Amino acid sequence: MGIVKNISRRNFIKGIGLASGGLILACNTDSLGHMPTEALIKFNPNLFVQLNSDGSLVLIAARSEMGNGVRTSLTSVIADEMEADWNRVTVKQGTGDSKYGNQNTDGSQSVRTFFKSMRKMGATTKAILITAASQKWKVPASECNAENHFIIHKSGKKIGFGGLVEIAKTIEVPKDIQLKSPKDFKYIGKKLPSIDVDDYSNGSAIFGLDQRVPNMKFAAIQRCPVTFGKVISFDKTAAMKVYGVLDVIEIPRIERPFGPLGGVVVIATNTWAAFKGKEALKIEWDKGVNTSYNSEDYMKQLTENVHKKGKELKNKGDIDAAFQNAHKILETTIQLPHLVHTPMEVPNAVAWVQNDTCEVWAPSQAPQRARAEVADFLKIPIENVTMNVTFLGGGFGRKSKPDYVVEAAMVSKAINGPVQVVWSREDDIQHSYFHAVSAQKMKASLDKNGKVTGWQHRVALPSISSTFQPGVEYAGGGETAAAVKAPFEIENFNVEVGKANAHVRIGWLRSVINIPLGFSINVFTDQLAYEAGMDPLDFRMKLIGSDRIEETNSEHKMNTARLKHVLKQAAKNANWGKKLPERHAQGIAVHYSFLSYVASVVEVSVKDNNVKVHKIHTVIDCGTAINKDTITAQMEGAAVFGMTLTFYGKITAKDGAIEQSNFHNYNMLRMPAAPKTHVEIIDNYELPTGVGEPGVPVIAPAIVNAIFKVTGKRYNSLPLSDYNLV
Amino acid sequence: MVALQINGKKHAVEADLDMPLLWAIRDFIGFTGTKYGCGKGLCGACMVLMDGIAVNSCQLPISVAEGKEIITIEGENKNLQLLQKSWADLNVPQCGFCQPGQLITATALLDSNDNPSDDDIETAMSRNICRCGTYQRIKNAINQTVELKKG
Ligand code: FES
Ligand code: FES
Repeated sequence: MGIVKNISRRNFIKGIGLASGGLILACNTDSLGHMPTEALIKFNPNLFVQLNSDGSLVLIAARSEMGNGVRTSLTSVIADEMEADWNRVTVKQGTGDSKYGNQNTDGSQSVRTFFKSMRKMGATTKAILITAASQKWKVPASECNAENHFIIHKSGKKIGFGGLVEIAKTIEVPKDIQLKSPKDFKYIGKKLPSIDVDDYSNGSAIFGLDQRVPNMKFAAIQRCPVTFGKVISFDKTAAMKVYGVLDVIEIPRIERPFGPLGGVVVIATNTWAAFKGKEALKIEWDKGVNTSYNSEDYMKQLTENVHKKGKELKNKGDIDAAFQNAHKILETTIQLPHLVHTPMEVPNAVAWVQNDTCEVWAPSQAPQRARAEVADFLKIPIENVTMNVTFLGGGFGRKSKPDYVVEAAMVSKAINGPVQVVWSREDDIQHSYFHAVSAQKMKASLDKNGKVTGWQHRVALPSISSTFQPGVEYAGGGETAAAVKAPFEIENFNVEVGKANAHVRIGWLRSVINIPLGFSINVFTDQLAYEAGMDPLDFRMKLIGSDRIEETNSEHKMNTARLKHVLKQAAKNANWGKKLPERHAQGIAVHYSFLSYVASVVEVSVKDNNVKVHKIHTVIDCGTAINKDTITAQMEGAAVFGMTLTFYGKITAKDGAIEQSNFHNYNMLRMPAAPKTHVEIIDNYELPTGVGEPGVPVIAPAIVNAIFKVTGKRYNSLPLSDYNLV
Repeated sequence: MVALQINGKKHAVEADLDMPLLWAIRDFIGFTGTKYGCGKGLCGACMVLMDGIAVNSCQLPISVAEGKEIITIEGENKNLQLLQKSWADLNVPQCGFCQPGQLITATALLDSNDNPSDDDIETAMSRNICRCGTYQRIKNAINQTVELKKG
């Protein structure tokens, strides 16, 4: 708590609950912990802002930083509304705590969920500072303005924000807050470099893996190669002989959606000894029912399931009649494999259980979920768990699942001291929550004029719901939305889902279902365009059809005009249809996901099975752009992520065990293959929408469409390395 | 007991002689800027300079590193510091985790080549994986550094 010099602290909690996230706008708790120097007076108008009497400003980032730039973007929104000087800002990471509202950093939703509330946090603070200055100067507040960390009176006299802290603490939080006009934005819509860029570049940024606690031990866990298998017995003799190994224990599986798989834990004085000890373990497993899981057989089964009638999700018009009256019918089967996230930083967590409390340090996309799971395991009140969020060395959805955090708590409790659980890269690839394998059947009819009269889309993939509710056999809801809501004007339209049981843990991976659905829809559309004898761009524009807005329950609507606009812009930027060198071609794709509109045009060349992606032009409409540099970076990154899955991404199981183990057989795109990516961000002040994920789904289909133009061959399954195309 | 010379200082490490340098640096000496990414020499996250050469420290037993001059991301090197500046200028990092390794590889490249071509850069940097996909900016930042050095 800060020094409060003779100031009677008033109760500021007038509890203005904000609509979005239900955050309390006002409170007088010093939530920010120990701040720079004791002599400072601190003003905490709300949970996200602390202004100190020396003018330094501490802003809280409550969402996780994993390369998404959120520590910079959301805090810059507060600073903008507050008229603060960005150079006076430091960002502090909030712990996992529901007082911050939703902290699940997934679904590309940080900015869209918190834009408004962060604006209000900033605007309220500014209003209080203006009132404070007007009281100090005994002038009407209307004569005062905030500008670059100062309040300025119309007479020209000014005072720095810090000088107003004492008075500000006595002022009630105003009810009516005026937000800035977008044209006055100072940071929003500009390119702000990451507030952490220096720490990233000099090695001082502390990721989960870098967390150190006095007397901390290191632990590695051998899990059953087959999902949900169990330890029958183990022999630790050899492991105990490894220099540095302290102990070997067993932890059980916890049967919860994000519960640890269980296994045999090697505890050591350093990571290397723990890894080496793990390799020396002899374990007898009861591998359980999932030993029957073989990827090849499974794909056959999925494919069969989309070649028969499935569960109907949408049926408009008369699909059978459309197919009967067709001039031409086209049919395609799409097969896509499991993928895994492989964030550069493997899953890891430090936990320290002491009596009935626990402190955790972890790179987590879901700190509240992690905190709750730890509390549940330890059977202690959630307030007794302190969940510190470190930098995340990538997340991509893997770190939304806190199994690895609970593991750390389990081991800490067992050894009665602080411990860091570290997954090896092999563990990460083999025991993840996998992106779903899928089969899809697309069928469409064309009339004589090349118009699509009927569209049938069947999808089968093991549902993410199976992670929450074992036994779920059909994907549904959000998992099929992009198919059900394909933005096309087609009279007869039918979407069905086929049966698919899960044999591994299924989980979200960057762009999730939009990878398979964006692929199938864009590849098939291209095929139809050629069959209709039309240019793929014109054909898509026709298929999307009239300008219209899709009504939804949320304030976000899908607007086909915006979708067509990104498509047109991408084509324009890439000079679509331009003359290209021999064996070069362009491919195009467009997809709406995470409420954003994205189109990409790629230019590839194909020579002796060597596919080179020369250039990618991506256009995104994500509404109000908060930080254009971050958005550009996310599109550049999405191009690489998309190319990795196009060329290499494939996880397979044999007798239930994952066959890939490290980057030699789960390949990543490297610099020589990386494309030049050009990004355009559509300028508008619509509601901000997703950025982290929507750039991915268009990449694979655009590449496959371009390859077709060169070779005349359609690749309806990925990765392309299966065809020796790299 | 192995005596390691890291960032200009001697450190005595008591561990298995086959333990990779990476773990000595991270878990024993406490420079955590050098990262673990794969442990198999495949990703470059663990890159350090050994007598001026970029090596994957996860593949290098401490017994071999003994007596060599090791520089990590926290260390001093003229090209490294110039590159770090360009990294900030172009806002290269996304999650940042691979960047220490990228910077070390780039430093070794510039230490040995004043004027690398795009091909030289791609070949040198192909030892490093960036899952976030910052390759384009890394390449631009290296090129910018080369230009700055030319003056
Ligand atoms: S950790 Fe050494 S190369 Fe990956
Ligand atoms: S910046 Fe995240 S892995 Fe390179």
